[in-house]
Amino acid sequence: VTVYVLCFGLFLIGVYGLITKKNLLKIIISLNLMGYAASLFFILIAYRHDGIAPVFENSVETSGHAHVMVDPLPQSLVANAIIIELALTVLLASMALRIYQKYKTFDITEIRRLKG
Amino acid sequence: MILPYFVLIPLSAAIFITIFGRRGKRAANLTGIMACAILLAMSVLSFILVSKINGPLLYAVGDWSIPWTIGFVVDYLASFILMIVNLMALAALVFAAGYMTKYTETWKFYALLMVMLTGINGFIITGDLFNLFLFMEITLLAAYALVGFGCEAEEFEAAFKYTVIGSLSSMFILLAIGLLYAMTSTLNMADIGRSLSGNPGFLMYFVYGLFVVGFGLKVALVPFHAWLPDAYSSAPAPASAMLSGVSGVLGVYALIRLFFNVLPLSQSVLNIFLVLGSISIVVGVIGARMQFDFKRLLAFSSISQIGYIILGLGLGTPLGILGAVFHTLNHGLMKSLLFLNAGSIEYASGFRDLREMAGTSQGLKPTFITSMIASLSISGIPPFNGFFSKIIIILAAIQANQPVYALIAALASILTLAVFLKVQKHTLQSVSEVTENQPQFAKVPFCLNGAMIFLAVLCILSSVLIMPGFKGLVLDKVVGTIQDRPAYLNLIPEADHEVSANK
Repeated sequence: VTVYVLCFGLFLIGVYGLITKKNLLKIIISLNLMGYAASLFFILIAYRHDGIAPVFENSVETSGHAHVMVDPLPQSLVANAIIIELALTVLLASMALRIYQKYKTFDITEIRRLKG
Repeated sequence: MILPYFVLIPLSAAIFITIFGRRGKRAANLTGIMACAILLAMSVLSFILVSKINGPLLYAVGDWSIPWTIGFVVDYLASFILMIVNLMALAALVFAAGYMTKYTETWKFYALLMVMLTGINGFIITGDLFNLFLFMEITLLAAYALVGFGCEAEEFEAAFKYTVIGSLSSMFILLAIGLLYAMTSTLNMADIGRSLSGNPGFLMYFVYGLFVVGFGLKVALVPFHAWLPDAYSSAPAPASAMLSGVSGVLGVYALIRLFFNVLPLSQSVLNIFLVLGSISIVVGVIGARMQFDFKRLLAFSSISQIGYIILGLGLGTPLGILGAVFHTLNHGLMKSLLFLNAGSIEYASGFRDLREMAGTSQGLKPTFITSMIASLSISGIPPFNGFFSKIIIILAAIQANQPVYALIAALASILTLAVFLKVQKHTLQSVSEVTENQPQFAKVPFCLNGAMIFLAVLCILSSVLIMPGFKGLVLDKVVGTIQDRPAYLNLIPEADHEVSANK
C-alpha cells in the first residue's frame, strides 16, 4: 500500500509543479512527471511478488502458475501511454520553442497577450 | 460490418491528404468533403441498422472474442452522436474550402482535421475504456495543433495553455482508468459495469471524482473553463466550429456513457452536475456579455450552453435527459453556425471586434440572415430549435422539484438574449452614423454562404425532431438507451473469468 501512496504522491508533485512553476520547460517536465506516475501506477497493478513472465507453454511447469504471473495487459497499456506522452512532449516542446522565438522568454508571467 | 470504417475512412483520408495534398490545391479539400459525406451517410445508416435489429451493433477487433479484445459498440446514443459530429465536420469542411484560402499550407489543416475526426469517431464507437483514452488523445493532439495553426504569438500561447490543461485532464482520466482496472481486472466497459454492482466504496468515489474533474476540464465546466475562450478564439474559424460543436459534444458523450451506462448511477454525482451546470450557465453568459471580440463571446456562450446540457443530465429524469440530448444537437448546430458567421465576417472585413462590425447587414446579406437565425435560436425564441430544448430542460427542473435551477436556467436564457441582441445591434448599425471610414467587405465565396445556409436550415428543421410523431423516432430511443443501464451491461456475453479469477 505504501508504494501506491508514494506513486500517488509523485502524481501530486506533478500537479503541484504544473500549477506553481513559471517556466514553460518546467511545466512540461511536471506534466511528464504526472505521466510517469500514471504509468508507474499501471505497472504496480500488474506486479506480482516473485512473479514470472506471462508465457503459457504446454509443459507442466508453467501451466499451474497463472497466479504468480505478472499481468501482461497493463504493461502493454503503458507502452501505448508512453507513446502518447512522447507525442505530447514533442508537441509541447516545439510550441515552447516557437513561443520563445516570438516572446524571447520562457516565463509565463510575461507571456500574457491574451486576456479575459 | 460497417463499424471499423468509421475509423478507417477518415484515417486513410488523412494519409491520402498528407501524401497528395501538396500537389493539387483542391485535392485535399475534396478528399475531406467526400470522406465526411460518406461518414455522414454511414452514421445515418448505422442508426437505421440499430433500429432494424433493435439492438446495438457489435464488432470485435481482430476477430477475438470480445471481453479480451477491443469491442466497437454502436447503439442509439452512439449513432446519434456520430450523426451530429459528422454533420458538423461536413459543414466545417465545406466552409473551409472558401475560408482557408488566406492561409498557406492548407493541406496540413485538412490532414489534422481528418485525424481529429478519426479520434472522435473512434472515441464514440469504442467499447473499451483504455481505447477510449487513446482515441481521446488522438483527437486532442490534432486539436492542439489546430489551435496553433495560425502560427502567431497569441495562437501559440493559447495552444500551449490548451495542451497543458488538456493533458492534465487526460492524466486524471488515465489514473481513473487504472483504478478501475485494478478494481475489476477488465477494460471492457460493459464488463466493468457488471463487476461494479452494489454500493460504491471510498475508492469508487475517488474514481468518480477523477472522472468528473477530467471530463469537466474537457467540456469546460466552470471551475475548469479558463482554457476555452483562448483556444476557441485562436483556431481558424472552421476549426473553432469543429472544436466547439464537437469537443463539447465529446465530453458530454463521455459523461453520459460513463456515469449513466457504465458506472453505477450515483446521486451525489448528479448533484455535482446540477451545481456545476448552473454555475457554468451563469458565469458563461456573464462572461459573454462583457466580451467585444466576436469569437471570444461565442466561446463564453459555449460554456453557458454546455452548462444547460450538464444541468439537464444532472436532473436524471427522462425529461431532463431528453432535453440534454436534444440540446447537445442544437448547441452543436447553432454554435458551429455562429462560429462560421464570425469566420465569414473576419474573412470579408478582417474585423473580430463587434464595435467595428457596423454595416455587416448591408455588406453580407447571407451571413447576416443566418447569424440572425442562430442568435434567435440560441436565445430560445419559439419557432427555432433552441427554444424547445431549453424549455424541456426548464420544465424538467420544475418537474424534479428543483425550482431554483429552473429559475437560474430561465434567467440565464434571458441574459443570452441580451448578449445576442448586443451582437445584432452592433452588426445592424448603419455605416453612416458610426464610422467615418466606410468598411470594405470583400466578396464572400459561395462555399462559405453555402455552409452557413445549410446549417441555418438544419437549425430550423431540427425543431421538427421534438414534434410528437418524430420524437419517438429518434430522441426517445436515445433517451431509452441512456437510461437502460442493464441493457448496456448485457451487450457482451458473460465471459468465463478464468484468466482474471486466477490472479
